[in-house]
Amino acid sequence: MSTARTWAVALTGVDGHMVEVEADFSTQTPDFKIIGLPDKSLGEAVQRVWNACSNAGLDVPRRRLTVNLSPASLPKHGSGFDLSIAVATAAAGGALPPDAIRSTVHIGELGLDGRLRPVPGVLPAVYAAARAGFERVIIPYANAAEAALVPGVEVRAAASLGEVAALHGAEVEVSDVEPVELSAQVTGTPDALDLADVVGQEEAVDALIIAAAGGHHMMLSGPPGAGKTMLARRLPGILPLLDDAEALEVAAIRSLAGEPVLALDPVAPFVAPHHSASSAALVGGGSRVARPGAIVRAHRGVLFLDETPEFQRMALDALRQPLESGRIEVHRAGFTASYPARFQLILAMNPCPCGNYGVRGAECTCPPMAIRRYASRLSGPLRDRIDIDLQVARVAASRATSGERSTTTSAVARGAVLAAREAAAARWRGTPWSVNGEVPGERLRHGTLRLPAAARAPLDRALERGTVTLRAYDRVLRIAWTVADLAGATSPGIEELGRALFLKKGLLA
Amino acid sequence: MAAKDVLGRAGEERAAEYLRGRGYAILDRNWRCDQGEIDIVATVDDALCVVEVKTRRTDLYGHPFEAVDERKRRRLWRLAFAWSAAHPDAARRRRLRLEVVGLVGADAATARLEHLVDLL
Repeated sequence: MSTARTWAVALTGVDGHMVEVEADFSTQTPDFKIIGLPDKSLGEAVQRVWNACSNAGLDVPRRRLTVNLSPASLPKHGSGFDLSIAVATAAAGGALPPDAIRSTVHIGELGLDGRLRPVPGVLPAVYAAARAGFERVIIPYANAAEAALVPGVEVRAAASLGEVAALHGAEVEVSDVEPVELSAQVTGTPDALDLADVVGQEEAVDALIIAAAGGHHMMLSGPPGAGKTMLARRLPGILPLLDDAEALEVAAIRSLAGEPVLALDPVAPFVAPHHSASSAALVGGGSRVARPGAIVRAHRGVLFLDETPEFQRMALDALRQPLESGRIEVHRAGFTASYPARFQLILAMNPCPCGNYGVRGAECTCPPMAIRRYASRLSGPLRDRIDIDLQVARVAASRATSGERSTTTSAVARGAVLAAREAAAARWRGTPWSVNGEVPGERLRHGTLRLPAAARAPLDRALERGTVTLRAYDRVLRIAWTVADLAGATSPGIEELGRALFLKKGLLA
Repeated sequence: MAAKDVLGRAGEERAAEYLRGRGYAILDRNWRCDQGEIDIVATVDDALCVVEVKTRRTDLYGHPFEAVDERKRRRLWRLAFAWSAAHPDAARRRRLRLEVVGLVGADAATARLEHLVDLL
């Protein structure tokens, strides 16, 4: 037997493609070639596999070895193919039974001593294998917890190549090696951020709950120290917990970004890139491998841009495609990667560069031109997507020092958000939308959901006077529906519309 | 003669013995020209085989086959054609091919023998 086959997974974005790894020995002088569009790190597998095999006690014949990765036209990268190449090689050389490895997927990087090292992206890879109908996946010991999150597939973790060979029935001595562990854990911040810590900002807290309930994108503007960041950080705590499928998507992206994934985290992710971030940092980049950017890591969660006007305009406009479609495509020479990117956008900005414009008792030192330029850093199309525009004022000193706590805790708020989301989901059943923030405006202006003239009156008047545009009109309607859902009303009345108008009053876009 | 040459001679002897056992007819041994030396020339069926014999005491410094690299193979082909040109009658209507016999062991008589047929 001189040919053997097994399987591995190539990742483009979070999508895994099954790759058949074939090894063949021909009677030529010793040589080792990997073909099928390998990148540099995969080409270097030659040395790792050769040494790992001999150190694991697997005899590799001194012949010409050709390893083919098929489909040959798909670019493959990374060291995760090492194990599959080594196993196919050993089987082709007769050290392993070829039938045993035929329908097993192997993922992992080899050390020269034959130990298995963890690789990024194990979760999406195992997920792809399970979806393709494979029943057994062998992965490095350090990735065991991550791979075990995927249901419907038998996952075997191994510490060394020798152990994998023994699993397949080879007669090798499995020496007791110390398994390679993941590097020191970054302990996640415990969920100690509670809405009750926010004092004296009842309006802002209410707006935050409305944003959470309707999935509305939100802009917080106010002077420094008003608590914009504090508010935004508490949003994941009141968003509904992710279900298993969503949590798996989030975990797959984390795995791809190289973060250790040990369990499914049901709390919506919160990503706050620094304002110096380039568009590549937000979108994802890399010339051969597209690593997920901040936008992708915020999938199913919150993307918070503090000091929004300080971001590069290019970087901000990169948000437009994912806001529109819920996906982001990264194009590079040679490949295109597509990532999911459905997130809730929270922007924060000061009213002017010095931060004191419009603040009572403070003096703004900015020239008028600077204030205008500052506000115009956000492009119109991006502003169009922001439903709620909230002005946050500084808290009066007397309230800030009174030691009282807000009565609205995160748990209470999350309950209200859940109830409102259920009401909205029931209304939008059978449509592509599930939250009010996604619904297009004409849907709310026409048909069965058109509000009676009496309820619409203040909004219609505002439109006639020209204080709101038609686009803002739609947004007010969307917010009004969410306010009604929160209040348990069947449709928004004059009071809900009034609240919605208040939340929208800041910008006339 | 140095010890390595003694081992080399013994290895060639063993290889010739082995080839005869497999039905090869040995035509020439240690044929020299100004381009180098061919260890063994043999025929089997309709093939004219130019055989390089490599013997090593251990494979700690690499397997004998690893010594037959690209450059060595190219030289062997040149030698093969040179031999054919020098012996047109023997070479006529025979397919030319390159072979390597590798031996690993301190004693040629008991060394592990491997044989590669039809090198590129």
